[in-house]
Amino acid sequence: MESDRVIVVPRCLLRIINKKMFELIVFYIFAALLLTSAVMVITMRNPVHAALSLILAFFSSAAIWLLLEAEFLAIVLVLVYVGAVMVLFLFVIMMLDINLAKIREGFIRFLPVGFLVALVMVIVMGSIVGSGIIEPLLEERVYYGPGFSNTQHLGQTLYTDYLYPFEIAGAILLVAIIAAISLTMRARRDTKAQDPNRQVAVKRSDRVRLVSMKTEDR
Amino acid sequence: MLTLTHILLLATALFCISVAGIFINRKNVIVLLMCIELMLLAVNMNFIAFSHFNQDITGQVFVFFILTVAAAESAIGLAILVVLFRNHDSINVEDMGSMKG
Repeated sequence: MESDRVIVVPRCLLRIINKKMFELIVFYIFAALLLTSAVMVITMRNPVHAALSLILAFFSSAAIWLLLEAEFLAIVLVLVYVGAVMVLFLFVIMMLDINLAKIREGFIRFLPVGFLVALVMVIVMGSIVGSGIIEPLLEERVYYGPGFSNTQHLGQTLYTDYLYPFEIAGAILLVAIIAAISLTMRARRDTKAQDPNRQVAVKRSDRVRLVSMKTEDR
Repeated sequence: MLTLTHILLLATALFCISVAGIFINRKNVIVLLMCIELMLLAVNMNFIAFSHFNQDITGQVFVFFILTVAAAESAIGLAILVVLFRNHDSINVEDMGSMKG
């Protein structure tokens, strides 16, 4: 019910901000957050702080995806990336004992090069993209609206037109699981694990040795 | 009002920041992996923008596949990193010269 909803917004603010402008403001807030956190990822001294900034970057881009009506993927980004991949990153960073001073050695030396490359790329790509030459095929922007289920639409497309690619994606995940396990698993030498195969195969002659010796005098 | 150009410019800036990050953090493999994640995020942003402004769900299907492959890639990359650290006691890129002829 529309009338039940109570939104506390000052009346003077409502007059200035309409729906489209509000959308733009939300976009600018999260874009600024995203770019700031991305810069923090590449400049932070401590890898743990870099990983935490990357989590912030994922959250703010999920917000922008929500703005673009890609609700399912925004939630998947938070659940899969923040919930699984970034936790994996943090685990690995904290597990390894990294010498921070050694890793940061070339930072100042490569800073101008990196900055220059980024600047050239921004100018070249930005001048093409920013000129507005890339336009959507539709004349006017269309919204799906609140009654539309993005998850259902995506699922219907994924399980019909893209069924075989979807199954291949599952196979790729299986390969990744097997590869990660087989890379990191190693046989430890100091464990006291029992091997039933060798236990069963043992013979009397392996364990018992009969020694004939003279009886001792009392 | 929000246009396609806004999103494309944001994705461009994000991509360039992550390229700069690869140049700056040449020694630290963990931050290199994070920069690759940021690049993929920028590409996904483009896909979703085109999907929304053209009203075509196919872009989101592709983002789904990219997310899958990126998750697999980072899992294997981190596994390699753990094995590397176990053998070399460092994750410095400069120390990885054992395959050099």
